[in-house]
Amino acid sequence: MPLPFPFSAIVGQEEMKLALLIAAVEPAIGGVMVFGDRGTGKSTAVRALAALLPPMEAVIGCPYHCAPDDGSDACKASLDRLGSAKKKTHKVPVPVVDLPLGATEDRVVGALDLEKALAQGIKAFEPGLLARANRGFLYVDELNLLEDHLVDLLIDVAASGENVVEREGLSIRHPARFVLVGSGNPEEGELRPQLLDRFGLSVEVSTPADLQARISVVRRRDAFERDRAAFIAEWKAEDDKVRRRIVAARKRLPDVQVPDAVLERAAELCLALGTDGLRGELTLMRAARALAALDGDAVVGDAHLKRIAAPSLRHRLRRNPLDDAGSTSRVERAVGQLFGA
Amino acid sequence: MTADADPARGRDALSAAALFAVDPQALGGVAIRALAGPVRDQWLALLRGWLPPGQPWRRVPLNIADGRLLGGLDLSATLSAGRPIAERGLLAESHGGVLLLAMAERLSAGTIARLAAVLDDGELRLARDGIAATVPARVAVIALDEGIEADEGLAAPLLDRLAFRLDLDGLRRLDLAALGIEVESLATARARLAQVELPQAVIAALAATAEQLGIASLRAIWLATRAARAAAALDGREVVTDADGAIAARLVLAPRATRLPAAEPPPDSDQAPPPDETASADAPPPPPPERDASNEDDAPPLDPDQPLQDLLLAAATAAIPPGLLAQLKAGAQAGKARAAGKSGALQKAAARGRPAGSRRGEPRAGQRLALIDTLRAAAPWQRLRQAELDARGGAPSPQTLSQGERSLPSASVPRVLVRREDFHITRLEQRRETTTLFVVDASGSSALNRLAEAKGAVELLLADCYVRRDRVAVIGFRGASAELLLPPTRSLVRAKRSLAGLPGGGGTPLATALDAATELADAIRRRGETPGIVLLTDGRANIGRDGKPGRAQAEADASAAARRLAAAGHATLFVDTSPRAQPAAAKLAAELRALYLPLPFADARSLSAAVKAVHATGRERG
Repeated sequence: MPLPFPFSAIVGQEEMKLALLIAAVEPAIGGVMVFGDRGTGKSTAVRALAALLPPMEAVIGCPYHCAPDDGSDACKASLDRLGSAKKKTHKVPVPVVDLPLGATEDRVVGALDLEKALAQGIKAFEPGLLARANRGFLYVDELNLLEDHLVDLLIDVAASGENVVEREGLSIRHPARFVLVGSGNPEEGELRPQLLDRFGLSVEVSTPADLQARISVVRRRDAFERDRAAFIAEWKAEDDKVRRRIVAARKRLPDVQVPDAVLERAAELCLALGTDGLRGELTLMRAARALAALDGDAVVGDAHLKRIAAPSLRHRLRRNPLDDAGSTSRVERAVGQLFGA
Repeated sequence: MTADADPARGRDALSAAALFAVDPQALGGVAIRALAGPVRDQWLALLRGWLPPGQPWRRVPLNIADGRLLGGLDLSATLSAGRPIAERGLLAESHGGVLLLAMAERLSAGTIARLAAVLDDGELRLARDGIAATVPARVAVIALDEGIEADEGLAAPLLDRLAFRLDLDGLRRLDLAALGIEVESLATARARLAQVELPQAVIAALAATAEQLGIASLRAIWLATRAARAAAALDGREVVTDADGAIAARLVLAPRATRLPAAEPPPDSDQAPPPDETASADAPPPPPPERDASNEDDAPPLDPDQPLQDLLLAAATAAIPPGLLAQLKAGAQAGKARAAGKSGALQKAAARGRPAGSRRGEPRAGQRLALIDTLRAAAPWQRLRQAELDARGGAPSPQTLSQGERSLPSASVPRVLVRREDFHITRLEQRRETTTLFVVDASGSSALNRLAEAKGAVELLLADCYVRRDRVAVIGFRGASAELLLPPTRSLVRAKRSLAGLPGGGGTPLATALDAATELADAIRRRGETPGIVLLTDGRANIGRDGKPGRAQAEADASAAARRLAAAGHATLFVDTSPRAQPAAAKLAAELRALYLPLPFADARSLSAAVKAVHATGRERG
């Protein structure tokens, strides 16, 4: 794997970076969907974030790299087979698994280990991408081009946190808790609204229009391509700052208070926008809390709510396909009315 | 041989080939718009000679299967070895080389996305058939775009990633002497490439030029810097100069232009600060959004010298073809419109479809064996079967074994024992796309009556199309002609906009409109989709096919056109927009063999139901 581009060296795209940080602090947020033009650094940002995250403790030999205190049955079973009596742990980097286009279902959910079956006649389970992504990120580029049955499967697993495999005489369930990060270009096909709603946050990225920003993008990329190691070293201090911010936020998160008034505001906002279901309120609250944790605040306030309203809600609006006004502006209008008053 | 009318184009094609040959993979590739012909062959042969020897040069067939493109399980090797053996796909095999895409304008969106991912990452992430791997695949792409119509062409995602776009159509031959490139100089250029310095000012000037030309993609600037570097290396220098920048602007940026730079150059580029974009680069730069980092790479104050930028801009502008120039001057968003219609490869022949898993069964006519699943099904039984085989003395008995086993050389014991009950076949899912074609009457009589209401009705129908993920197209007719306002698209917002922009007034050229609708519906059907026509008119034709007024002739023409449409078998819904339902319209509807729905009775629900009914008949007939 070549060295990834440093997270902090990404020019602009603040909303996307913020959404990814929130997902890193609060994985329960339920995934991030990134919409945008080609070449706006969507995949760069996800890979960069992964490189930034502090390594996590995992049981040695566990195919799902479970945390030591959270051994699931599947993990135990595979450890039993390995024959290790005592759990040993090691630090592993947070997995970021790419789901490439053209992936087949057997590799995604896991399947019969063909090699063992053919050579030794043993029926063994070979974990797939979902197993590898456990406790990490699953990144799907061009989600709208992925085959429908795979998308349904992903969404289902992401929501339940568990992968159930029933195929080829195998019957296995294993933990698969991951943050689903999807990217797509709306011009190349839309996503079903049911699917969109499953994502916690939805951000829109666009090519920077500002000349200076555009120049910096090209310059930084040029510097990066010429000497990756040097470029990364140059940005290490910045990246470290972001890492410390994430670690601190994770620690602070359980203690962040959400006053009733803020909850009320969130509910009012969702009501004003007519979002379906409770997922909107829930995400809004979680995202605002994670944002407060990132900012180092102990209490969630209106300011947090305001900043996170658009990414949490814009994809949940009852869509009028003929409304030219984007959902972003509708959310902003509602926020303005609610908080301005 | 006579000289070409446009020698500059030929020269550009050659210099693009030379630059590409210096650094193929970093430049992404070349899109060539030309029909197959001697000039294209000459260009390709030339380029092949210029590329370093021994590099892969592979042709990608149009309908390549994922297994061959990306790789997967090598079935014959797996069977003979008795353990899974991966097969390398075309992308991995072409690592460090060039992929040639034939008929690239017809590539499916899926193939395009796979190629784009590999072009971006320089490696291929594979997760197929039990194989998970990351394989190096630094490839360059030469896309042979054989589109003829303006809306046929290479898909935008791929086009964006290729540095050069050449149009060889109409060229008679390439004049090699004009450039004087030798293979040896290319080799030295390649060796020098790593040392070439790229001054910050050139980056800034290229970015500013791109902005002036209305190029949104950052990749364009990036590719232009690569091209400038290659140009410097080719010229034997170790620093990129203005001239290299100009070449890059001409070859990379100019073909992407979506607008012309402000016609008048800024009156005074060194003193007065006009509120122009050109000048904003001249003024002391505003702090970029992310200036907090002290180790910022662009810390030295930015001063893109104006002359350099002008030079690049002039170079790029000179290369913009005159035809485009005229369109741009007319304010048409040529680049954009062309790009939008380019997804163009959603064809599905009847015997094909998306694979949707597999099921147990034997491959009979037209059904494909799902090899991997067959193997998977056979795998757990290998020991048992082997034991059984051994017990029977090693000779497979013909009764229990399938053809697959029998066809193996009898001398060798089969490594894998596959039986009939293991066979799986691929299930293909065919979902035919539906395109609803709106034919909207905007003539005076309709406008007077209820064009606005008709538009409202169409909007209702559009919302319905959205739910079903239909594509829509809009034809408007008034005066003497029918106009395709919106080619088939999934963007309903565009559909709505094209309707809103439809002015009313003029005669009712119903026959022309029906002919246009028939033609488009035929084209849609040829693409393997199901067309449905929704005609909104009051049915009062008064302009004939020849564009001349005259009610009698117009009505005769209209009824002939209606019969022609009905004969083509397209499902049609006739929404009568006149205030009172009239027998003439009902007669026309009968001739169209259309569902007839007078608007006074057409509320949202009945309209929606009617469109659904039309599509149902469309599927039966289509």
